[in-house]
Amino acid sequence: MSAQRGFDRISQAGKVPPPDEQVQILVVGGGAAGASAAIAAAKAGASVMLVDENPVSPGLMGLDTPLYFGGRYSNAVQAQGRMVEQILASNPLLEAAFEAGVDVRLGVYVWGAFTPGWGLASLPSAIAGLADEERAWTVGFERLILATGARDVAFAFRGWDQPGVMGARAFQALMGRYDAFSGRRLVILGTGELAIQTARTALASGLEVAALIDVSEAFQGPSSAAAELRAADVEILLGQIPIGASGGLEGIEGLTVRDLAAGATRAIACDTVVEAISLTPVVELLDVLGGAIAPAPLLGGHAPVSPDGTATSLANVFLAGDVAGAPGGVGMGEDAARASGHRAAQAVLASLGHDVALGAVLTPGPGFDALAYQMTWARALMAEPDVIICQCEEVTRADLVAVKPPTYLGPPSPAQARRDLASLLEDGPPNQDQIKRLTRACMGPCQARRCREQVALTLACASNAAPSDVPLAGYRAPVRALPLKVLAAWDESPEIARYWDVWMGIPGQWTPYDDIGTEREALSAGILGEGGHA
Amino acid sequence: MRGASVIVIGAGVTGLSSAWWLARSGADVLVIDKGIVGWEASGRNGGGASHYHSPLFHEEQRLWPQMDELLGYTTEYRRERVIFATTEHHLDNYRRMAEICRGLGYQVDDLDPAQVRSFVPLAGDNVTGGIHLRFGGQANPQRTVQAYAWALQDLGGRIAQHTPALRILTEGGRVSGVETPHGVLSCDHLVVAAGPQAQALLAPIGLRLPLAPSRAEMIVTEPAPLMPVGGADGNGLYGRQTLRGNLAYGGGPHEWLEVDALGPYRRPSTPVLRNLAKRVAELLPRGAHLRVIRSWAGVVENTPDGRPVLDRPADPGNLTVATMSGVGFGLSPATGHAVRDLVVDGKCSFADLGKLTLARFKETPPDWRERQGWLPTTHEEALAAMAG
Repeated sequence: MSAQRGFDRISQAGKVPPPDEQVQILVVGGGAAGASAAIAAAKAGASVMLVDENPVSPGLMGLDTPLYFGGRYSNAVQAQGRMVEQILASNPLLEAAFEAGVDVRLGVYVWGAFTPGWGLASLPSAIAGLADEERAWTVGFERLILATGARDVAFAFRGWDQPGVMGARAFQALMGRYDAFSGRRLVILGTGELAIQTARTALASGLEVAALIDVSEAFQGPSSAAAELRAADVEILLGQIPIGASGGLEGIEGLTVRDLAAGATRAIACDTVVEAISLTPVVELLDVLGGAIAPAPLLGGHAPVSPDGTATSLANVFLAGDVAGAPGGVGMGEDAARASGHRAAQAVLASLGHDVALGAVLTPGPGFDALAYQMTWARALMAEPDVIICQCEEVTRADLVAVKPPTYLGPPSPAQARRDLASLLEDGPPNQDQIKRLTRACMGPCQARRCREQVALTLACASNAAPSDVPLAGYRAPVRALPLKVLAAWDESPEIARYWDVWMGIPGQWTPYDDIGTEREALSAGILGEGGHA
Repeated sequence: MRGASVIVIGAGVTGLSSAWWLARSGADVLVIDKGIVGWEASGRNGGGASHYHSPLFHEEQRLWPQMDELLGYTTEYRRERVIFATTEHHLDNYRRMAEICRGLGYQVDDLDPAQVRSFVPLAGDNVTGGIHLRFGGQANPQRTVQAYAWALQDLGGRIAQHTPALRILTEGGRVSGVETPHGVLSCDHLVVAAGPQAQALLAPIGLRLPLAPSRAEMIVTEPAPLMPVGGADGNGLYGRQTLRGNLAYGGGPHEWLEVDALGPYRRPSTPVLRNLAKRVAELLPRGAHLRVIRSWAGVVENTPDGRPVLDRPADPGNLTVATMSGVGFGLSPATGHAVRDLVVDGKCSFADLGKLTLARFKETPPDWRERQGWLPTTHEEALAAMAG
């Protein structure tokens, strides 16, 4: 540093504490892809930590985090010990990872990840933020493998906020990983591969499947699958939209559908509605890291920009499994996920200087345009404007299109009443973050897991725009909603405490104007330290 | 796209308020921005409106209670503020702030710990005391920026989003227009309210505005029941409980940045959010169970002395510079009025702005950022400086 150069002690530089733990390779997500990647990397001699948030606390499950559980889980999820056993039993790869020397952490959340780059010069090295139910801490990594999978794209209809309306990936998790699904009789939304898989899982487990429903007139999967399901007494109802779930305290008891052409309605008894329309990759950590993400209609929505499904725009961050894209909105399946995990390990090891040949790029999945199928559903549901689309903030589709301020602000002013999405569109293309700020849709404690995609799709519908023309609403750390007292840095360094300032710590910034240039200036600068609380 | 009588560069609160005030005076105004309205620090701040140090303070206090009515849109403004301490040291500071405000003619009450808890029920047994500002307050920055934009349009003003200013054009010593990717926009008067981008725009026409961009961050919790006074802070934090009930607080270490004409390209939060969580839990221990659901960061511009520039320099004569050195939101109703006065009348009608001119930086050395250490600084550089 030159003799001339000063140093700002109030700034963040020099104050980022060393991580509490350090690993060579951090893998986030212990499914088939992540566990395979961790095992392969550990076998090559790397130090590997595999973090998986399951079993997730009941509190977060109630916020549909990380999956759209829809309250359809049994009390078994309260028993943390049993849940850990069940998670290990349902995923033998975790045991194999232990044996391969991987540092496996279950029940640990990754709430953020940060890597040096633009705007983060002060960060000495890449770190991830971890937490359990009690406390938060950090782990430094040389390479990060994101194996965070995919989650359900939800669609709102009247009553969807009651227990029993859930997503297909959450259904799979409750059936397998948690063994805690509490439903008996299902109606499945969607007729594509995801819905077919959901029906097969349910039927194989002895659950009833009353019907598969699609807003489209066409069955989306192969006709052989339709025949197979009909033979199992599953109705296939096409050209119908769900218009309301009825129910009581225990959850829903039935779903009413309406024929889009004839207008006739019909009630179907069920305790669960599984929305199996599309999955979308879980890109939240990559977005927080600043990695490139772009619309990928064949991969279920916004997906990481990657030349090979493994690398990202960040040199130290790699992908394994469905986070790279859920092909066809369905996901890649267990075998492909393992292969993807192996390839991620190879790429990471090669980047660390190991002599490893990188396997062939995995062939992309089915060429099904998942985003177009999502839009088909979103367009049909525009016929139901008065349905709450954001459960946390109670925003309806109509509110969204009207850009209506939240009800706690009282009736809109006359000028406000003249404003809507159309008037915003006169100024530029639809922007979900802007709409969020004005309507509060996507601003609640579920961190928009239930409504992010459908709000974007609704804006596309209402703007006559392609869904890929609506920019991704930004993800922000912490990507898990953790209590203040858990996230808190109770052990913060003395340096941070000593030089903490409300604002930038610029001497004289808060000096009363009349004192500037007078003898009082030095005096007020002295007493108004630590910012102005303006 | 056509030009306007007055073009404002920057659709942040300062630029939008200036344009709105100009439109209220009948001017033909166009605001241009590299992105969308209020996307930078104007929509990413604590929303405070109690700037007793500023020459615009009295006008700020006069205007905020009227803003919803004047704009025609809600800003979520709420009057009053409680600043309270959990240490004697902080309490001393707050009591001195109270003295300054009283000296300016405003009512401030001293509060004992029980009184603090009655206004701020999430506060705990650790309270040492506080002060109650019977003025000031806070608003919702995101709603306010859009309110300015809509109110401006309601008066016939125009906003061109995604239209960055690339160059200020001059002719015969006067500003003649602005070059943008969508063509040249001509104007009779130009207002530069471009935040961190202002320095690079002004330099080619011979106006020196030293600025250093920095990042500040905040965290937000899930909603809690509304407290009697939402504008409650202390413990090294600024922020408020929103009308929805969320706690939104910021403060602590900032980071110096480099920003170009189109940037910032990212607004990363950092692990400082954990230090913020600690301080919010200390300040409001009865809310320590609340979940943090978001964080955000904003990039602000800072002048070497941390004070605004509100100036219409004699040369070129038809250009006004407005930068608030990172403290722009709360003062924005008054700033817009001041800019309107400078543009229309050549002089602010309600405050002396003589100490906020560009001329004060004439002697600022070219390497001032390096001397002050206001440059992106790595961990290693910082450790070396701390050791040295």
